Amino acid sequence: MNDAAATSTPAAIEVAGLCFAYGEVPVLEDVHLTVAPGEFLGVVGPNAGGKSTLLKLILGLQKPSAGRIRVFGEPPRRARKRSGYVPQYPGFPRDFPISVEDVVLMGRFGLGWRLGPWTRADRRAAAAALREVEALDLRERQIGTLSGGQLQRVLLARALVGEPRLLILDEPTANIDQRLEGEIFELLAQLNRRLTIVVVSHDIAFISAYVSRVACLNRTLVCHTTDSIDGQTIQDLYGEHVRHIHHAHDQSEPLATAAAGGQQHGHG
Amino acid sequence: MAEFFTALGAQAFLRQALLAGLLASLGCGLIGPFVVVKRIAFLAGGIAHSVLGGMGAALYFGFDPLLGALIAAVVSALLIGWVRLTWRTREDTAIGALWAIGMAVGILFISRTPGYTTDLMSFLFGNILLVPTRELWFMAALDLLLLVVVGLGYRHFIAVTFDEEFARLRGLPVAVLYLLLLVLVALTVVLMIQVVGLILVIALLTLPAAVAGQWTHSITAMMVTATLLGAGLTSAGLALSYTPDLPPGPTIILLAGALYLVSALVAVALRRRRMVSAGGGAKTQT
Repeated sequence: MNDAAATSTPAAIEVAGLCFAYGEVPVLEDVHLTVAPGEFLGVVGPNAGGKSTLLKLILGLQKPSAGRIRVFGEPPRRARKRSGYVPQYPGFPRDFPISVEDVVLMGRFGLGWRLGPWTRADRRAAAAALREVEALDLRERQIGTLSGGQLQRVLLARALVGEPRLLILDEPTANIDQRLEGEIFELLAQLNRRLTIVVVSHDIAFISAYVSRVACLNRTLVCHTTDSIDGQTIQDLYGEHVRHIHHAHDQSEPLATAAAGGQQHGHG
Repeated sequence: MAEFFTALGAQAFLRQALLAGLLASLGCGLIGPFVVVKRIAFLAGGIAHSVLGGMGAALYFGFDPLLGALIAAVVSALLIGWVRLTWRTREDTAIGALWAIGMAVGILFISRTPGYTTDLMSFLFGNILLVPTRELWFMAALDLLLLVVVGLGYRHFIAVTFDEEFARLRGLPVAVLYLLLLVLVALTVVLMIQVVGLILVIALLTLPAAVAGQWTHSITAMMVTATLLGAGLTSAGLALSYTPDLPPGPTIILLAGALYLVSALVAVALRRRRMVSAGGGAKTQT
């Protein structure tokens, strides 16, 4: 699994001419994005800029109205079992009667069809994933008794236990404090040694220290490598991002891996 | 009470009634927890009431009402499931419509069937004292089916109940599992109609599981506890109703309701005490 991201494999994510609308409201227009295996991409942008939608399209939870998405060379729905997903809002009620271990085990579905109870191998894998996110001591706890930071680690373990090649996280640090935010990103940086990671975040200044590239998304996409813009630029982008993305959009040259389309439209 | 136990030794119909209650408890224990945690009690109610349509039609056309009930329950479960999967927001309207239309159809058919009008009461409120041996076998067969399906697929059912989106991402056939779960709910409803009738089914389906949910921390523990509670409640209801000659169905339901109320009050009181002793409840974050 670890050496799956060899150089000869297809791009981890390849998005071309992607458009998506919720009914009449356009959310994404002509997005082009390529993520190489082993990359750690941070996606930033204003609220309602389409960040979460882009992730859902990559996971095959939504269907694009136009354009093409390939994940490891396959359509999203076929590739989704090889992706680990950490949602911004967990899709379960917090009072559900279930232990941390059983939540993490949910990530073991998709590794072969079997009826009856979980195997010992599944439980070992769950323990290993919990150990990796330093949450093994939470194993017996009820999911409803966890703090925001603890829950985030458990959701990360649930994503990791399915042996993914790609990790997709939507605002993993939105509901936790600054100190824990650092811990989570240290963890992600470690995981990046064997996994491709895409993380959506509101905090560009913070994530730029960890990611290999930042993509700014506001209906369409502009990419920067971290070394092409210095800390001050990032600070500016973060401070007044909507306007500055617009400037960056007009001035910056499209990078080799990502072309900015849609010069014809402004930002909403 | 003592009178009940002597009668139990002497009267075959009482032993059959007791057995019917125990058989129904297994269904309410296995499926009730899913209904409670997935919050589909209203949906189960819709299925239960639409069953009258099937029973009425079966009586009118002269085949087995039980078969009519089974078909109606499964069809309405699939219909509601399909509505929910296709148009998420219309679900409760569809359930309400099916609920009332099923009953209307049933009442019309029954009114057109000479000599059967007295049975309407036992469909609506059940009659555990009149469950024939043949139906006990039928209930046992349904229980066995529920046990096998839930036993083999409980991980999958919990996954779909817990987090549909994540289950879908892991490649589980979420729509199929959801519909299958609703069919199991439908089978359980038919199983329990024998005991408490279709109007009271929701109470027996949800109350033991809800009480179990207040004291357990996993679906599996909920299932075991709800089954035992269901068995205790149906047996106790039957015993309590015997001497004063009350209808057993409503007695069972009132007992279940009282247990739920007491359990909820005790749970709240205990939680409050724990919060006070934990120093202002720092650890009870929701």
